[in-house]
Amino acid sequence: MSARDGGGERIDPRQPPSPRPETSSGIPLPEFLAREDGEIPGEYPFTRGIFKSGYRGRLWTFRQYSGFGSAEETNERYKFLLSSGSTGLSVALDLPTQCGYDPDDPMARGEVGKVGVSMFSLAEAETVFAGIDLSRISTSFTINGTAAILYAMYVALSDKTGVPRSALTGTIQNDILKEYVARGTWIFPVRPSMRLIADTILFSNEHTPRFNPISIAGAHVRDAGATAVEEMGYTLANGLAYVEELLRRGGDANSFAKRLSFFFYVHMDFFEEVAKFRAGRRLWAKLLKERYGITDPKALMFRFGVVCGGSSLTGMQPYNNISRVAIETMAAVLGGAQSIFTCAYDEAFQIPTEFSTELALRTQQIIAYESGIAKTVDPLGGSEFVEWLTDRMEGEIATILRELEDYGGVEKAIEDGYLQMRIAERALERKQKKDRGETVVVGENYFGAAGAAAVEYGEVFKPDPASEHRIRSRLEDLRRQRNAANVARTLDALERAARTSDTNVMPYLVDCCHAYATLGEMVARLKACWGEFSEPIRL
Amino acid sequence: METLRGKRIVIAKPGLDGHDAGAKIIALTLRDAGAEVIYTGLRKTPEYIARVAVEEDADALGLSILSGSHIELVSATIESLRRLAAEDIKVFVGGTIPTPDHETLKGFGVAAIYGAQMRLEDVVASLADHLR
Repeated sequence: MSARDGGGERIDPRQPPSPRPETSSGIPLPEFLAREDGEIPGEYPFTRGIFKSGYRGRLWTFRQYSGFGSAEETNERYKFLLSSGSTGLSVALDLPTQCGYDPDDPMARGEVGKVGVSMFSLAEAETVFAGIDLSRISTSFTINGTAAILYAMYVALSDKTGVPRSALTGTIQNDILKEYVARGTWIFPVRPSMRLIADTILFSNEHTPRFNPISIAGAHVRDAGATAVEEMGYTLANGLAYVEELLRRGGDANSFAKRLSFFFYVHMDFFEEVAKFRAGRRLWAKLLKERYGITDPKALMFRFGVVCGGSSLTGMQPYNNISRVAIETMAAVLGGAQSIFTCAYDEAFQIPTEFSTELALRTQQIIAYESGIAKTVDPLGGSEFVEWLTDRMEGEIATILRELEDYGGVEKAIEDGYLQMRIAERALERKQKKDRGETVVVGENYFGAAGAAAVEYGEVFKPDPASEHRIRSRLEDLRRQRNAANVARTLDALERAARTSDTNVMPYLVDCCHAYATLGEMVARLKACWGEFSEPIRL
Repeated sequence: METLRGKRIVIAKPGLDGHDAGAKIIALTLRDAGAEVIYTGLRKTPEYIARVAVEEDADALGLSILSGSHIELVSATIESLRRLAAEDIKVFVGGTIPTPDHETLKGFGVAAIYGAQMRLEDVVASLADHLR
């Protein structure tokens, strides 16, 4: 019996083949087409992408953001996502975890398990990842202020489950600079925060070489109001600030620069989004080479993930968002993203349902396996228009970098509240343009049903009100059961390490996690050494 | 159009939610409409916010919440105002508030709820109306 007889091997519905290198009519497709200037994908300055074979070698990672309520509920959702074809997990954490408060802290009132899962100790991490082999998945943590602690927890979890640290893959966002500007989960002042980030990157270089210890994010600044040019400009500026910090700590640029990755939003202006990524990728490579003399091509590669949707989505006529996300995903693919997260169409007004989450993943799969746009590398390269726009964007982004340098650097611009003020002004402008009808939003300021603001709700996920209480009692149980002397010993050691300026605190945080010290306890010790950020209010 | 001239308005971010673009857009807009605006900054407790509103002799208090914790945070803020005998300060809420929760918030005493899709001039007009 052969396959031709209709027998043969059945297809594995979860493992589609890579797109065939030919058109649907059978015209063979080259890997890429050469351009007049001779620039090819996978080579400096990487305008056309960081890999010669683009998505032929490997598709981007399909990532969905998920996590809510208790550790058990999150574990169930993860198993569901992995079984329906996700190749990476993305962990949403609740605000107390993000801001460094234990679930029983008065500051955490009403927020425990709300926008993500509560992960206040290694015990919670053990439950969230129960039955999931850490060496076979890539996990992305959207965490910043407490990124070092969550990373230490993940490392401790791998130790406990017998997975070698070197096998861990995933990402922690760990980009504190943009938190001060847009997302607001800062804890410590700028200086010690920069030190903590350098600690994580240097530790990761040594112990978890396949794990991304930072994802320098423009996404939140963009969603808050920045333009595409500003998003890329501020992000590269932040990236350079981390490079400077790592150099001060004696890091080897050729080695640590390989560990830096980026994260952006994709909104609706299709060609500008494509050009933004091409321009950013080229400018980053040039800056690292020309300013710091980095020579290793891998260290010059601008790797980035994206999220499609965000504030480009509307609460009115929410099904329109499905079309928006599809267009944005195509821009991300043509811009050469390494991982894509697609927002669910209902995200603008509720926690996405299983239905909407699956639909968002299917959108990516249709683009990956049916649309054919991933068959040839950088198919827009060489287009007069796209190359012109790429050059223009690069120039504009470089101008932003210069302006920030003239101001005295991003750290100063943040401490002064200058950047925050600029973003607020942009946010106001964006809103006014919509109100005045200059920016068209279909179904919202145009083509909406007259007077209708109504949204049809799906089966909305309601966080269980008892969940906060259950999470608190798990914390009480933990405090009773763990070895208190061990906890105190590891926390004391952490505090001593934090008081010196050149000790890497990461191994001490891992020890604290192993002893089941809580996140709030670790943060309290660090605050005692470093103080807290005081928000400049300038409007 | 300075329809809010002479009004003192506190804009606040209760709880841990760090998304402040909306709060700042409203703060700037109300200021342009003639109001005296006091913005608290991020991560303030309901008790702190109520105290600021009283100390600033505010006519209105705007709470911006996008984290889904509006029920707890709004009721705690209004309760704090009551304890300070400041029920005359009108409370407004902005952010992502699902429609089914609007009635609940109004039951606590919230004067109006404003969503991101609302035109800014409509927000100003509505506020002016409530503060007349």
